[in-house]
Amino acid sequence: MERSLFRFILRFSLRQQLFIIFMTALSFPVTYVTLELPKRIVNEALGEKPGWARGILGSDMDRITFLLALCFAFLLFVLISGAQKYYLNVYAGRLGELMLRRLRFQLYARILRFPLPHFKKVSQGEIIPMVIAETDPIGGYIGEAWSIPAYQGGTLLVYLIFIFVQDFWLGLAAVSLYPAQFWLIPKLQAKVNLLAKERVRTARQLSDKIGESISGIAEVHAHDTSRLERADVARRLGRIYEIRYDIFKRKFFIKFLNNFLAQLTPFFFYAIGGYFVIRAVETNDPSGLTLGALVAVLAAYKDLSSPWKELLAYYQQKEDVRIKYEQVVEQFDPPGALGEKIQDENPAPDFKLGGPLVAANLTYSEDGRVKSVEGVNFSLPLDRHAAVLGTGGSGKEELLLMLARLLEPTGGSIQIGSHRLSHLPEAVTGRNIAFVGASPYLFATTVRDNLFYGLKHRPMRPRDADDAARRERERYAALAESAGNIPDDPGADWIDYQAAGVSDLAALERRALEILTIVDMDDDMYQLGLRGVIDPKAKPELAAEILKARTALRERLAREDQAALIEPFDEHRFNDNATLGENLLFGTATDERLNPERLADQPYVARVLEKAGLLDELLVAGRQTAETMVELFVGLAPGNQLFEQYSFIAADELPEYQAILGRTANLPPAEYRAEDRRRLLALLFKVIPARHRLGVVTAAIKNHVLEARKLFRTELPPELKDAVEFFDADAYNKASTLLDNVLFGKVSFGQAQAQAKLARFVRVTLDELSLSESVMLFGLDFSVGVAGARLSAAQRQKLGLARAMLKRPDALILAEAGNALDGASQAKVIQNVLKEFKGRGVVWGLSRARFASQFDHLLVMRAGRVVEQGTFEQLNRPDTALKELLSAE
Amino acid sequence: MSLNEEVELLRNIPMFANIEPSKLKLLAFTSERMAFKDGDVLFRQGEQGDSAYVIIVGEADVIVDTPKGPLTVAKLKRNDIVGEIAILCDVPRTATVKAATKLEAMVIAKDLFFRLIMEFPQMAVEIMRELARRLDATNRKLTAKNA
Repeated sequence: MERSLFRFILRFSLRQQLFIIFMTALSFPVTYVTLELPKRIVNEALGEKPGWARGILGSDMDRITFLLALCFAFLLFVLISGAQKYYLNVYAGRLGELMLRRLRFQLYARILRFPLPHFKKVSQGEIIPMVIAETDPIGGYIGEAWSIPAYQGGTLLVYLIFIFVQDFWLGLAAVSLYPAQFWLIPKLQAKVNLLAKERVRTARQLSDKIGESISGIAEVHAHDTSRLERADVARRLGRIYEIRYDIFKRKFFIKFLNNFLAQLTPFFFYAIGGYFVIRAVETNDPSGLTLGALVAVLAAYKDLSSPWKELLAYYQQKEDVRIKYEQVVEQFDPPGALGEKIQDENPAPDFKLGGPLVAANLTYSEDGRVKSVEGVNFSLPLDRHAAVLGTGGSGKEELLLMLARLLEPTGGSIQIGSHRLSHLPEAVTGRNIAFVGASPYLFATTVRDNLFYGLKHRPMRPRDADDAARRERERYAALAESAGNIPDDPGADWIDYQAAGVSDLAALERRALEILTIVDMDDDMYQLGLRGVIDPKAKPELAAEILKARTALRERLAREDQAALIEPFDEHRFNDNATLGENLLFGTATDERLNPERLADQPYVARVLEKAGLLDELLVAGRQTAETMVELFVGLAPGNQLFEQYSFIAADELPEYQAILGRTANLPPAEYRAEDRRRLLALLFKVIPARHRLGVVTAAIKNHVLEARKLFRTELPPELKDAVEFFDADAYNKASTLLDNVLFGKVSFGQAQAQAKLARFVRVTLDELSLSESVMLFGLDFSVGVAGARLSAAQRQKLGLARAMLKRPDALILAEAGNALDGASQAKVIQNVLKEFKGRGVVWGLSRARFASQFDHLLVMRAGRVVEQGTFEQLNRPDTALKELLSAE
Repeated sequence: MSLNEEVELLRNIPMFANIEPSKLKLLAFTSERMAFKDGDVLFRQGEQGDSAYVIIVGEADVIVDTPKGPLTVAKLKRNDIVGEIAILCDVPRTATVKAATKLEAMVIAKDLFFRLIMEFPQMAVEIMRELARRLDATNRKLTAKNA
């Protein structure tokens, strides 16, 4: 990485910058002509002095034609000059963007090569703004890095030459104050630079602080420290304010000084120039300064101040950006970064790691003083299974990280067969060695993408595309390369099927299910699948099968005399196990507008109820519900859990409902206040007749609700059409989960163990239709959430393990993988994994020593050293370290 | 059956007879209604109990395991309460209860019951009275037997 911005520009854009200067140089003659022509117009066309314009256009041209010819020539050159500027601006802007893209890509690629321990020292909050925000002005600057000084400097020079040509003394007057400015301004700027450096640093710390608050948000709430955090951020903001304010003051002072000095110069022009013009007129000296020349000089001078200002602004910007660049780049060069080659070298396609894994005098120390691993020696055949045992802090974890090449040893070496581990490219270590830690990271995508992540090293097959798309791809790749980026298409098929030992996607998915079964995650996948939502258009076969399962389940329940477990959705019947609101909606809400919990807030609902003539009736029932609730719960202390569990009314709302009851006591429902109506309806909509047995939802109301249900559906306004997916016994409901589509009804209240029984019946039904596997496969589509937050810790570990196994590594290195699983599940997983990896190498850091008996070779660590190694039988004797670990459990 | 009918049902049980109807209503509202098929087991002997059952419709058998096999010692019918000892103290079920017909019962969960007692001490007093009466009855029976 180039240390200075100038070198970066020189190395990656020399040709373009030279081209910009060349184009800029081309524009100067044009600029000069646009200055010269007005003078000719004044002197030759208006003043009838002889000159070169007259000479070119011929003396026989009459004055008006001559004037117009000169004017149009002027117009033409103004246009040419403008076109040149436009071209240059676009070219320079594009160059700046390409260079910015290159810079950001280089920075990002460097992050991927940071040594892992470096991430303990730098935070996301610092690194991200460096790549994104701090580099932003650099791009804008690079495009103009050479063109502005070249163009504005050149323009300035042209104007100056023009002025000097008109009159030497006037020229001298124009530049008389430049030396003072050259001396003074950098001095003032130096202080601004220092402040700018501090501003960058403070902004970074602020960003880091905000990131930290987000990471520790639970602690902030749990300890009531939000005031402390706010005070801290306020102090940082205050510091930034002061720095920026200081910078502004100084910057504007420099501008002020510059402007003042620039305004001094016209004084010299009028004084000295005016003197010479008058002298020339009085002495009738034709070689003296003419009025036309003075006017042109004045015009040129007016133009002179603009490039001068631009140059000053450029100088300030350059200093600012230079500091930013240097401050960013120095953060991206930590000691011990991986070499560029290690990430990009390609091994032979069927490279296999063979031979024993040998550690010789292996040592690791984070700070150079305390050695967490010290002088470790062992040799493990790569077709055997080894367990590493030891308490926390025994050096077990560091040892395993070094074996996976995630930590660089500070002493000694690791050799696999004839290869030294630290010399192997990542293409070898990342494919032939798999590592799973205690908290494997899951990316915020689907289970499937996370599982296949370990198979995506290079784009394998381009995605299907028509000609236009292919051309677009080629254009993209060419552009990416011109900016020093990788031209690969992330949308291509990156999955290396061969690495997983399969031939296509369908086989890979089946293989994934096999491995998920090995890690005891098959049932989880089934549950995730059932909870998923599918679009029947995208997966018509699955939707059709689920519909079959719906019928099959119904038949099975009838056969086994268990039909009462579930009350199916029936268009013509009121469902006693659903809320009144759900009965009215008779469908699944796809967003908040028709959420059954808040149906009463939806104006359309009130309109339908009114039209169905149901409103008054429901309001009376709602009032009865409120009455009962108040009666039941009024004596209870507000904190009582009964409120939360059983009441429709929160404890603090009770007085409000008492007030509503009071207000509505002797009124007909039509005269209730709008707000009271809404609240009474909302209450009633929550009633589930079979569960609450309040007796308020009478047969008459049920019948009327059925009518209203019909009306609700037929009159649904177009803007609400996509807010609800209505229930239809013969159609797949795309807004409901797979499970709800199979059940297609409400689980009945008051049936002993209804949930458990139904789960069993659903499973049997799906198994019978051979659908369980499809459901599990569909579980692969489950989105795991940010860092896998929607999965449990055990599920995340199992998924991490499955991801590592899917790529068929020669060596599987596991550090506490599976320690979040319960004992029985962990035993099963260890057994399964070892069976699957028969004949391949496994090194497993175990947190429970009793599982060690299943391994061929044990390494017992204590205080960074291997204190015992051998088979379980050899070591399972009195007074061994293994025995101690075993008895500590 | 609506809430009011359930309250009537509870009032016929001596343990609840003297408790205010509004509290009984809360007890009824918060308790679950459960349907059982003929032959379904409500609970088994030896299990830890966590709820009492009030029979609303149907009949149930109380079965005790003896060395000679299961023995039906009592029949339960409408308005009977069973398993109430388990919600007052932590003892294993002393018998198995099995539905003898199609059965509906009101299930009073232990923690819910305790929460109500904490909230309304009057309930505790009434239940204490009922328990004392039972104890007295048992004592009398024992004295009569011994005499």
